[in-house]
Amino acid sequence: MNIELKDGINWVGHIDWTVRDFHGYKTESGSTYNAYLIEDEKNAVIDGVKAPYADKLIEHVAARVALETIDYVVCNHAEPDHSGGLPALMAVCPNAVMVCNAKCKTALEMHFDTAAWKWRVVDDGDSISLGKRTLSFINTPMVHWPESMFTYVPEEKLLFSMDAFGQHFASAFRFDDEEPLDVVLQEAKAYYANIVMLYGRPIAQTMARAAELEIEMIAPSHGVIWRSHLKEVFEAYKKWVVCEPTPKIIVLYATMWNSTEQMADAILEGAQECDVEARFYNVDNTHSTHIVTEILDCAAIAIGSPTLNNTLMPNMAGVLCYMKGLRPTNKKGFAFGSYGWSKRGGAAEVEDAMKEMKIEITREPIRSQYVPTPELLEECREAGRQLGKYAEQFRV
Amino acid sequence: MKKYICDVCGWIYDPEVGDPDSGIAPGTQFEDIPDDWECPECGVGKDDFSVIEG
Repeated sequence: MNIELKDGINWVGHIDWTVRDFHGYKTESGSTYNAYLIEDEKNAVIDGVKAPYADKLIEHVAARVALETIDYVVCNHAEPDHSGGLPALMAVCPNAVMVCNAKCKTALEMHFDTAAWKWRVVDDGDSISLGKRTLSFINTPMVHWPESMFTYVPEEKLLFSMDAFGQHFASAFRFDDEEPLDVVLQEAKAYYANIVMLYGRPIAQTMARAAELEIEMIAPSHGVIWRSHLKEVFEAYKKWVVCEPTPKIIVLYATMWNSTEQMADAILEGAQECDVEARFYNVDNTHSTHIVTEILDCAAIAIGSPTLNNTLMPNMAGVLCYMKGLRPTNKKGFAFGSYGWSKRGGAAEVEDAMKEMKIEITREPIRSQYVPTPELLEECREAGRQLGKYAEQFRV
Repeated sequence: MKKYICDVCGWIYDPEVGDPDSGIAPGTQFEDIPDDWECPECGVGKDDFSVIEG
């Protein structure tokens, strides 16, 4: 396995082939925790790994240099999937100084016993010389925690971008051109949608700052390293930061006795009459990870739930809660659903959630008492057609 | 008119600019922003903002 980014700069992280749940994100492709070692007059480790794999990180570093020669450990992001292994690393590197910004120091102190650590607190624009190379630091607040930071090595045109441009992708390879590009971009898209969609605005600002740098390689803290397809991932991010609509419709529903499913199916049929990509998801058998990845670039969405106990089907409530947090923008849509005797909950509650997400509501909720009539299903079909016609305009 | 800073992410609310994306018109004092407004950068509420002195 090739782990060399540049002469004297190597990957020393861990490939997590078996992780399938990352705080609710269904990581079907596993993940990696990328740490890097820069060997220079002074040696530096950039980023870390999750706690259970600290021994792997230490082993990988020790295979290249004596642990006493580690001068700096740079922490770009305090989240435990990167910082969890740092206490063990600091314990075996007696001369290492922890380099991070002030917010990151506070966060690390709240996570770990750091009493024995030596610190060098850096701010935006600061730099540290390693000898032939320089580490320069860029604060990137909310990309995607308040303390997040990039580390840039100008001599190598190399950017350590922490979670930005990352992927939960346990590849056998470390570089973007060693895997099919469409696979890597799909993993980057799922990561963007599930981890950082809500921070489109700060990410756009960070990208504008990154555009001022000369960059040949981007080394994120998860997934493969970008060395051949930087242009493609930048272009994709430019679209994702505004949730740019494509000619795509999502029909998302929960169902109890199949009435809401019949309505969903009629909406889908209407949308399929248009020149759009119409997709259909039952929340009971499609994971929210996949659903929000598809929502990222859709133009419109119809969301349905029957009334159950005067509220929603619980699985739909969970998906709506997840969506609400991730805040997709630039979407239109409407709510639908069946009910028995109580009009509370169901479609009305779905519509409230959609409004809270700032999805532009295109029509009043479609509601069926018990089983939908042929007339009501035709109304669903027409509503689907209307969404389809709206989405068609995004075909380029 | 007083500016406020988000203690979490550092975003600054300038009353002269407002936050038009969230429906807060230019000229709106921080105190007059509805309580359910959120920081446009990081999503925290008004409670997490501090006045910028000076």
